[in-house]
Amino acid sequence: MITTHARRRLPALAATAVAGALVLSLSACSDDTGTSSSPTDDTTLDVVVHDSFSMSDEAKAAFEQESGLTLNLITTGDGGALANKLVLTKDAPLGDVAFGIDNSFASRAVEEGVFTAYTSPALPEDAGDMLIDEDGSLTPIDYGDVCLNIDTGWFAEKGVPAPTTLTDLTTPAYKDLTVVTNPATSTPGLSFLFATIGEFGQDGYLDYWSQLTDNGLKVVEGWEDAYYTDFTGAGGDGSRPIVLSYASSPAFTVTEDGSASTTSALLGTCFRQVEYAGVLANGSNPEGAQEFIDFLLGEQFQAEVPEAMYMYPVNPDVEVPAEWASFAPVPDAPIALDPAEISANRDSWIKAWTASVIG
Amino acid sequence: MGSAAPSRGWVRMVCWVLAVAVPVAFLAIFFVWPVVTLFGRGFWADGALDLSGFVEVFSQPRTWRIVGLTLAQGVLGTVLSVLLGVPGAYVLYRCSFRGQKIVRALVTVPFVLPTVVVGVAFRALLNESGPLGWLGWDGTFTAIIAALVFFNYSVVVRTVGGLWEHLDPRAEQAARALGASPARAFWTVTLPALAPAIASAAAVVFLFCATAFGVVLVLGGQRYATIETEIWMQTVQFLDLRTAAVLSVAQLVVVTLALAVASRARSRREHALNLSAATRSTHPLRRGDAVPAVITAVVVGLLLVWPLANLVVKSLRTSSGWGLGNYTALGTTGGRNALTVTVWEAAATSLRTAAVATAIALVVGGLVALVVSRRPRAPRARRAISVMDSVFMLPLGVSAVTVGFGFLITLDKPLGLDIDLRTSGMLVPIAQAVVATPLVVRTVLPVLRAIDPRQREAAATLGARPGRVLATVDWPIAARSLGLAIGFAFAVSLGEFGATSFLARPETATLPIVIFRLIGRPGAENYGMALAASVVLALITATVMLLAERLRGERTGEF
Repeated sequence: MITTHARRRLPALAATAVAGALVLSLSACSDDTGTSSSPTDDTTLDVVVHDSFSMSDEAKAAFEQESGLTLNLITTGDGGALANKLVLTKDAPLGDVAFGIDNSFASRAVEEGVFTAYTSPALPEDAGDMLIDEDGSLTPIDYGDVCLNIDTGWFAEKGVPAPTTLTDLTTPAYKDLTVVTNPATSTPGLSFLFATIGEFGQDGYLDYWSQLTDNGLKVVEGWEDAYYTDFTGAGGDGSRPIVLSYASSPAFTVTEDGSASTTSALLGTCFRQVEYAGVLANGSNPEGAQEFIDFLLGEQFQAEVPEAMYMYPVNPDVEVPAEWASFAPVPDAPIALDPAEISANRDSWIKAWTASVIG
Repeated sequence: MGSAAPSRGWVRMVCWVLAVAVPVAFLAIFFVWPVVTLFGRGFWADGALDLSGFVEVFSQPRTWRIVGLTLAQGVLGTVLSVLLGVPGAYVLYRCSFRGQKIVRALVTVPFVLPTVVVGVAFRALLNESGPLGWLGWDGTFTAIIAALVFFNYSVVVRTVGGLWEHLDPRAEQAARALGASPARAFWTVTLPALAPAIASAAAVVFLFCATAFGVVLVLGGQRYATIETEIWMQTVQFLDLRTAAVLSVAQLVVVTLALAVASRARSRREHALNLSAATRSTHPLRRGDAVPAVITAVVVGLLLVWPLANLVVKSLRTSSGWGLGNYTALGTTGGRNALTVTVWEAAATSLRTAAVATAIALVVGGLVALVVSRRPRAPRARRAISVMDSVFMLPLGVSAVTVGFGFLITLDKPLGLDIDLRTSGMLVPIAQAVVATPLVVRTVLPVLRAIDPRQREAAATLGARPGRVLATVDWPIAARSLGLAIGFAFAVSLGEFGATSFLARPETATLPIVIFRLIGRPGAENYGMALAASVVLALITATVMLLAERLRGERTGEF
């Protein structure tokens, strides 16, 4: 009686069993890919990266062979999200080493004690002035410049001289021609906000922005939105020939014969982004983490940086691709801001900007 | 017999306890615990509870504007989706015409497209130089609402349609025979019968609209910030957990109120319906159906097909003219190795992950629906059941950012397991299942509730034991809605971006993740691939939905 009854109750019990089996199979299937996630395991290295990180299979294999470690990449969102997640998890870090934190978020993470200091023997001398602090909590790996880009063909066709400075954009000749991204929601947008603060000072940047707004500035949320939808130089759908992008972007709009680029960067409007790697405090494999940072500074990875992440390698001896040399020169004197100042004011600048420009 | 009776009651008790405990434990570990812990970080300062954040946040006029915009988007998006979706449910589920199954699958496609792609598709139409640029909708509230309807139309069509096609037409026919006009018969007979499904759909749509994230940012920008986008901003950009926690509580209040209203509307209308097989209740489109047919054609044509077609057209444009170049590139990892895996590999990962997530959501959601569909006599048990019903809806109403950041601080070797769940990749299907479960519940529950309890009583009187009643009365009817539930759960898992982007690793990236990555990279070939990959995602979704329809078609044949 009881047994028949129990059998008839099968649906509910079966469901429970299925649920249990699922959990088990999940842990089972995670085993073949995820043994690495056990932090006590010192044959693997957990690397926390931002979502623009890219590394070729060859480089990965080279590192694994050299070090005897298995690389396990963990992606975590853009540079800002990465920094904040590292701060939030500093007591139980997501991995052993992090890459992708940039100069606008670096100081706070360093102050919060996210990283253990390490000075790599592979660090080029020139890169010394990119350091965040004297201890060497973070190691610079690559850098790039956020600049306004223009559709050169559009200006030639309309017979309008191309703009060169930030102030040019507030003049009537360039009314309704510019699209930038929101500093509160996009990394290049934030860099551009810093460029305006570096150029016009804490007291002047909001005035500049209100002149830009009066001159028909368009603000959209993301880089892809601005570049592919509003910009005239990428596919021809947009209506604005001035867009916020990178100094390297013109290397990606080279004509078929390779003789010219249809866009160019305004080198007087640039703000430099430096991307860092750091050993995570409380990580389980600090030696492996140091080896990985050495590897990032090594010739093989540094040579990959332009193609893989659209940034310049910090090692000045590494050769960059030909179209970079011709169409994406490094600006000589980008607008600069002290990382500590950025760290102290970033949130209030963004809030003031939002209140003033977005309303 | 006398000694068996108490034992039988005991077994029965254990079964029900399990049916309650399994889903509750699932929700507690993978939702409540992470969210509450994160709230704790926001409200717990220097060893004491600190609620001063409420005063601070709510004394800013900006906060009130954000709350107002959230409600406005939620209400407008829901009202429009329902007004347009009910005629759509009629045409697509109550009538029959050639190609109907394809249209049914098509309307589901927008639901799973990644918002970044929908943003591009909409903005390509609406921007200053686009074909609809003259409307001046780019970056406006109207654009957001249009996109919200674009996403949620199918929720109304499918939830309401799923009930409508099984509604016994004889009640309406009787009203007509007694002299009621078609409109009167609809208002007095059909609409009240559909009310539970409409309320159910409206609740889900409201949650989706009020917590929309990507579409609000891409189409409207920060000017139309909602509670959801503000939580993201405060958490991800400012790491201001105190403000974020206050806003999350505000969001919970809004969501809970909406659920309470919906549940009231449901229970007032709730009664057993005569359900019949679909084949008997559908009829070919006829002249009297002109109004709903035209409305549906316009909505499907202009709002759904146009942006989608625009997407397809753009995906066929390559740097060397028109062609399939972007599609052949899907076998690669993108220009300059933008990806770790090829798009096809990501598609396979998506399907695998979605299958696991669907299975979990079906088990958990199915159990919840079963428990919640009961109507015990004790008032306390009734109340407990209605609480359970609402609690399982909450994952739709809580920000993915809150859940994701909550995971980060709770799931490092949880429950004594020696595995860091945060980075193992195991969490991806689980997180997707948390989001898909409420949809399974909302799809299966109206059908289970519509079963006349007298059928169960009759079966019991005739000597069937509870298990047999379940197997012979509840199961066959619930199975009808299972195809739909599978389709929904699968679609949600396929399209899920928020939580997945938190948890997926490069080698286990899903389609929405690789699309997002490709579109964020310079180079025309990556942009083209992103569009082609979006079309592939749309096609996979449509195919899954068609299969789900098929599955359902076979089941209904049983009776």
